[in-house]
Amino acid sequence: MHAIAEPTRQQLIRFRGRSYVAFVFTPVVPIVSWLEEIDATLARSPGFFIGRPVVLDLAGLDLSASAIAHLVRSIEQRNIRVLGIEGVEAERLSASLPPLLTGGRNSVVQPIAAEKPGVKKPPTSLLLDSPVRSGQSIVFPDGDVTVLGAVSSGAEIVAGGSIHVYGALRGRAMAGVNGNSSARIYCQKIEAELLAIDGYYQTAEQLEDSLRSRPAQAWLDGEIMRIAPLN
Amino acid sequence: MAKVLVVTSGKGGVGKTTTTAAIGAALAQAGQKVVVVDFDVGLRNLDLVMGAERRVVFDLINVVQGIAKLPQALIRDKRLENLWLLPASQTRDKDALTEDGVARIIGELRPGFDWILCDSPAGIERGATLAMRYADEAIIVTNPEVSSVRDSDRIIGMLDSKTVKAEKGERVDKHVLITRYDPARAARGDMLGIEDVLEILATPLLGIIPESQEVLRASNIGCPVTVNNPASAPSRAYVDATRRLLGEDVAMSVPSERKGLMNLLLGRRAA
Repeated sequence: MHAIAEPTRQQLIRFRGRSYVAFVFTPVVPIVSWLEEIDATLARSPGFFIGRPVVLDLAGLDLSASAIAHLVRSIEQRNIRVLGIEGVEAERLSASLPPLLTGGRNSVVQPIAAEKPGVKKPPTSLLLDSPVRSGQSIVFPDGDVTVLGAVSSGAEIVAGGSIHVYGALRGRAMAGVNGNSSARIYCQKIEAELLAIDGYYQTAEQLEDSLRSRPAQAWLDGEIMRIAPLN
Repeated sequence: MAKVLVVTSGKGGVGKTTTTAAIGAALAQAGQKVVVVDFDVGLRNLDLVMGAERRVVFDLINVVQGIAKLPQALIRDKRLENLWLLPASQTRDKDALTEDGVARIIGELRPGFDWILCDSPAGIERGATLAMRYADEAIIVTNPEVSSVRDSDRIIGMLDSKTVKAEKGERVDKHVLITRYDPARAARGDMLGIEDVLEILATPLLGIIPESQEVLRASNIGCPVTVNNPASAPSRAYVDATRRLLGEDVAMSVPSERKGLMNLLLGRRAA
């Protein structure tokens, strides 16, 4: 009589399914010329097979066990990892070879198109129709920022392009943040805490007294920031 | 249904609690049914200024936690029958406030009152954000000096982003109330002028409350300044601000202390 029931075991091993898409090599006779073609592909794109293990489909060939082993060795010598072999009887595969795979389905391998370097996104612009309050931070790396109102002390505007403030600029303005050194900063009343264009900055202390509280624009002349009245 | 009005500032010590009590009392005197709610958990002052500190049994946190029902916590003012107070806890702190609790209390208060005045604590953290969360209108109390103006600007930014109304795309009606204004010092340039403050804050002006000893006197007695001495300059200024809040068109002016003949003859009043 069982006085104590067997406690149910907590399942420690969980089986889940996952599918991967692999390249399939279908070698043709003569194997040597097929391997030469592989070499030609590798010469054109040396790193093509890195991270892309392949499956060998040997259904169309009748290779002996040693021939299969030799083929796999030749491919691995070329730094191509073989993930599995299909289309042969299991007896011809020794334990040291990649495993036999069955049940594969054809699927389309999406070629990864290389992004054309240097294609720039068209610049856009951000319009804010209310004042920018203290503590608010406006970050817009894609283009110009226009503010219809004042930018309060303690606020900051970070733009990839130029900054236009139709009001007093009392906070921080950083233009041209993505390396755009031709960006400018415009405002109707310059009382900025900090101005920066493409990383070159100037604080309020360095602002000339004659310019203070007047409409002004700031731009970069080499490494010097020039600030001039707007009229 | 009540209008929820938050009295906030960002900076501490500018006159939020004084304003909540003064305008709350002025609204009640004008016939409105008003409840003033103290959101400064842990540093409560509204009960002192209202003169109710000896009658506090249950507070806002007790109601949030469900320990007490709202009618048990509400204290009726002894002088004005339309004025009620919901005090804050002194033993807890702002972390005891929850958004759901505040929502529930505001929801329970709305049907029975015309105005719910929320006395916000200073700062921009949980207490201040919860006090403004359900506001329909806001009074931003500002002293005419640079740090107060910058902090008020920050709070205005938060009223436009951290309130339920702002999240729905509607606007909270904002008014600036300038307190502790001294016309002589402003003329000398020691204080920011009214125009400077309004230019920076870009928000309509509700009123200008002059600096006055009456405020301290009233708070020590435990009476809102509009009730203690209605003839005083700050009291008249608060009444004008309240009339503007109710929609009346009152010309903007800075009331000055009326120096009658008896005052000049008899000198300062003994406290």
